[in-house]
Amino acid sequence: MLKRLVVVVSMFVLAACGSSSAPAETELTVFAAASLTGTFTELGKRFEAANPGTKVTFNFGSSATLAQQITQGAPAGVFAAASPATMKTVADAGLAGTPTVFVKNKLEIAVPPDNPAKVENLKDLTDPEVKVALCAEQVPCGAAAVKALDAAGLKVTPVTLEQDVKATLTKVELGEVDAALVYRTDVIASAGKVTGIPFPEADQAVNDYPIATLKDASPLARRFVDLVLSKQGEDVLTKAGFEAP
Amino acid sequence: MRSRVPWLLVVPAVLGMAFLVLPLAGLLVRAPWSTLPQRLSEPQVLEALRLSLVTASVATAVCLVLGVPLAWLLARTDFPGRRLLRALVTVPLVLPPVVGGVALLLVLGRRGLVGQWLESVSGFSLPFTTAGVVVAEAFVAMPFLVIAVEGALRAADVRYEEAAATLGASRFTVFRRVTLPLVAPGVLAGAVLCWARALGEFGATITFAGNFPGRTQTMPLAVYLALETEPEAAIVLSLVLLAVSVFILVALRDRWVGAAA
Repeated sequence: MLKRLVVVVSMFVLAACGSSSAPAETELTVFAAASLTGTFTELGKRFEAANPGTKVTFNFGSSATLAQQITQGAPAGVFAAASPATMKTVADAGLAGTPTVFVKNKLEIAVPPDNPAKVENLKDLTDPEVKVALCAEQVPCGAAAVKALDAAGLKVTPVTLEQDVKATLTKVELGEVDAALVYRTDVIASAGKVTGIPFPEADQAVNDYPIATLKDASPLARRFVDLVLSKQGEDVLTKAGFEAP
Repeated sequence: MRSRVPWLLVVPAVLGMAFLVLPLAGLLVRAPWSTLPQRLSEPQVLEALRLSLVTASVATAVCLVLGVPLAWLLARTDFPGRRLLRALVTVPLVLPPVVGGVALLLVLGRRGLVGQWLESVSGFSLPFTTAGVVVAEAFVAMPFLVIAVEGALRAADVRYEEAAATLGASRFTVFRRVTLPLVAPGVLAGAVLCWARALGEFGATITFAGNFPGRTQTMPLAVYLALETEPEAAIVLSLVLLAVSVFILVALRDRWVGAAA
């Protein structure tokens, strides 16, 4: 009985060793900002098609959370962040290669399709009758919103400061708020459920997205970053509403 | 003579204890003790703490008023569909709280099934208000109370109730004078669980009530947002929440459960 147990356990151990040494060459884990979910999934498919036998796995989330996971030792090959600040925490820990800014994202006013509060520009958001949702200042979209409002010299009192841009957008989609400041890419991704209104002050609060390979990453990581920086990568990203840097 | 404690029980018990307590030790070890007083005196911390305590307590009161009768209905009456109803009551337990929050928005939101009507009649809408926080917390926490009280009711001896009824007491009098005192420890345990769950509530609250300091930003929301930029501040906030809740729970236990035993 005990002997059998030992055999089974050692088989497990062997199997575990076997599987952990092989994938270094063929598997790549990419940590990317939540706003890159659509585009990076697409790029991952293209990467796998161009490099047969490889497998790209993504971990999408808030850039700050991802940065924290990486500094706590999460195994990742590539990090694509929604703000230079979050990339900096990883670089400061000596875990990232030199980051390159690969896209920019701009804010837009998102309103429900019927635009119940008749919002037309940034100034309309200061009306106390208009319910506004912003991202919390701690997350990149919130920092950008503060910058844009400051640049315009406007003071908006939101009803809520959401934890990420998707949560902010959901409040608009459900009609709980009359307007929100979100990224242009999010408006495009939710086409039909929200309407986007560009505003000139958004130019003062452009978000740079840096990408970098991480320490001890396989050569695949470099190749994935190259794909993102290529013309093909740029096409996928600009189609989704990002701007080339 | 005391018999030996069986190892088969002690070893997993100790492991279980370590599993529950070690993360707590992690918080204590990593806490920025030197800047602690200064961080604690920030008005936003006190505001979030006050809001958390008030909303969790009001939510518990709401759960008691609605949940105890519901538990009684489930334990003491028989009607078609009772089992299904019992399963439905526990839905918030298995539902991811964020989904619970979305569901609340779809019903009580400004464009929700009931919320729409509420807003057109009274001009009031629940999302983004402190009342909304209470609703979200009560939604998630009530099953804990209902299950605890129902369990206590099922374990209680119905012969006392029958005796009271044969002596002419109405069903409500029986409930008030016999049943309720009989299951009081169960109600208290349920209320404590319910309060603790409401205090730690995050997903449904941020989804349904949003996050605004002083109005809907409870401690768990403040912790989550602090984690985005300042993990140390998040640890301090977690410790405060922890210390306050442990203090209150221990104090209550000594006062009521201890006295009852």
